[in-house]
Amino acid sequence: MKLTLTNGQISLTEKRRLLKELGGEKARWVLQTMHTIRAFEEKAEELYALGKIHGTMHLSIGMEASAVGSILALQPDDLILSTHRGHGHCIAKGADLKRMMAEFMGKACGYCRGRGGSMHIADVKGGNLGANGVVGGGLPLAIGVGLGLKMEGKRRIHLCFFGDGAASNGAFHESLNMAAIYHLPVVYVCENNQYAMSFSVKKSCPLERISDRAAAYAMPGATVDGNDVLSVYAAVRQAVERARQQCEPSLVENVTYRWRGHSKSDANRYRTKEEIEAWKAKDPIRRFEELLTAESILTPSEAQEIKEAAYRSIDEAAAYAESCAEPDLDTIEEGVYA
Amino acid sequence: MSTRDITYSEAIREALRQEMQRDPRVFLIGEDIGVYGGGFGVTLGLIDEFGPERVIDTPISELGIAGAITGAALTGMRPVGEIMFMDFVTLASEALVNQAAKIRFMFGGEATVPFVLRTPMGSGTGAAAQHSQSLENWFVHIPGIKVIAPTTPYDAKGLLIAAIRDDNPVLFIESKLLYKTKGPVPEEPYTLPIGSAEVKRQGKDLSIIAVGVMVKRSLEAAEKLAQEGIQAEVIDPRTLKPLDKETIIQSVIKTGKALIVHEAAKTGGYGGELAAVIAESQAFDYLEAPIVRLAGRDMPIPYNRTLEYHTVPQVENIVEAARKLARLEV
Repeated sequence: MKLTLTNGQISLTEKRRLLKELGGEKARWVLQTMHTIRAFEEKAEELYALGKIHGTMHLSIGMEASAVGSILALQPDDLILSTHRGHGHCIAKGADLKRMMAEFMGKACGYCRGRGGSMHIADVKGGNLGANGVVGGGLPLAIGVGLGLKMEGKRRIHLCFFGDGAASNGAFHESLNMAAIYHLPVVYVCENNQYAMSFSVKKSCPLERISDRAAAYAMPGATVDGNDVLSVYAAVRQAVERARQQCEPSLVENVTYRWRGHSKSDANRYRTKEEIEAWKAKDPIRRFEELLTAESILTPSEAQEIKEAAYRSIDEAAAYAESCAEPDLDTIEEGVYA
Repeated sequence: MSTRDITYSEAIREALRQEMQRDPRVFLIGEDIGVYGGGFGVTLGLIDEFGPERVIDTPISELGIAGAITGAALTGMRPVGEIMFMDFVTLASEALVNQAAKIRFMFGGEATVPFVLRTPMGSGTGAAAQHSQSLENWFVHIPGIKVIAPTTPYDAKGLLIAAIRDDNPVLFIESKLLYKTKGPVPEEPYTLPIGSAEVKRQGKDLSIIAVGVMVKRSLEAAEKLAQEGIQAEVIDPRTLKPLDKETIIQSVIKTGKALIVHEAAKTGGYGGELAAVIAESQAFDYLEAPIVRLAGRDMPIPYNRTLEYHTVPQVENIVEAARKLARLEV
């Protein structure tokens, strides 16, 4: 079977078809999860400013459709590898917001017992094999996750997130090449948010589309509007289907933009306010909300309720996290070895 | 079942075969490990028995190999990777050092990364600077990885089976020059404890603590020293991390003298760690002379036979260093 992934933005007709197929409950989940991601990151930013979260963090505000649209295409027992900008992946994969926020505060009840923080957030039982502090660090691991799932023979698949920066790393080649030659059930999702720290993808990649590199591995590639959650879903869903049914990899590039800086040290010297504002106008949450109300799937007040519920859940998570204990110093070396 | 003499290489192959027969989660992955049998022939024939799905040949992608075993381990498999020469762990080290070694800790103990990465170290083959290194101490320095370096066929089999059954990332370092050495090995599967040194030869006059092929050379040196009336005790740590400190400390308490021998470059080498272990222990009070390190010169391995020979310790160097130490001439 030859597979043609949809490029760009899917048509309104196609969106209507997908919405009908998903049903109201799933559509609400998509909207609420995108709001939850944004609310979580806004709260994390606020807590960071208050000194309650330290170190650094990489916010994905503006990129919520990429995380949610991709994970929407997965089954609960499928596995993901995430990135340093992975809060959205973690939440969309179903993480407990309280344990997640507790981890950001370095608390003992956090997902990683305070050992990982934002950059190493993982929910292994929930199928999130972890964010990664190394750009491209997950790509070599994806080979093994794909191999393991293929050998297991239960038709579970693996989705590996990485960014435009990682696409310039040697690991990208080794990973996609090996996934292709071994016929692994891996979906590579490149979240192209335009910048590797300050280095524009226009400078780092001689191709117009990173997904064109898929051809080098004889796998299908697609570049989609990463701020349109249904376009992301439409492409990733095909890639997931290919992985599950044919045990073959694919590459999907979600073109998106991070509104915030790379990390907490970013002074935005490499881009203009106008550019940032232009991308804010393509807000993935607002776009999906408008679609749902225009299609009468939600009333504006229902949409508002969903948003408020998301923000409430984050306030509860933050309150819980603040109430959690610090890790016991006696346990400091636990987990180094099994 | 019986014990018979087989080579170090055959012992490793037997461990791999028996573990693959026992546990379907065990598979092999590396460059040319299939029909070619691996760069040193260790995996020869295994592809015939287990097929290409469990004896996986890879492209020249060392990072991919290290990532593959890490990722597969995360899904519950128990992979055994091979890096053809230890020099090439440099290419794999991102996945080993930043990922595999840290995943369990970073994720609060929620993830388990059980794999073995086999790789041969050492000079003496004329392969020069990029195919002769002994980089064990790089990985000894990384919390989260275990490092094993067996020196006999018996130890190789027992420790490899133990490593495959261990729930941590294990770097299993083989000594190229030992591949053809023979020794008694039981046919049935068995494990040896990781973290247990062995006194390979008893002696009262000085303790020689050696790594890898230097254990063999130290035993040969001890034979020569015995003819001079010097009784050297030779200790093989076998597992560099975790290290069985007690066996070393007790030996030094007994002899009062410690000679450390390894092939890796002296500066920053494992010998520094061994010396510190002795110096920090109660054995310090028993030392009759300074701790002596005999190690590779601080230089790349040269191609020329004579130059290569003189870059790392040889039997006569060990004899000389031991003799001086025994006579307190240091």
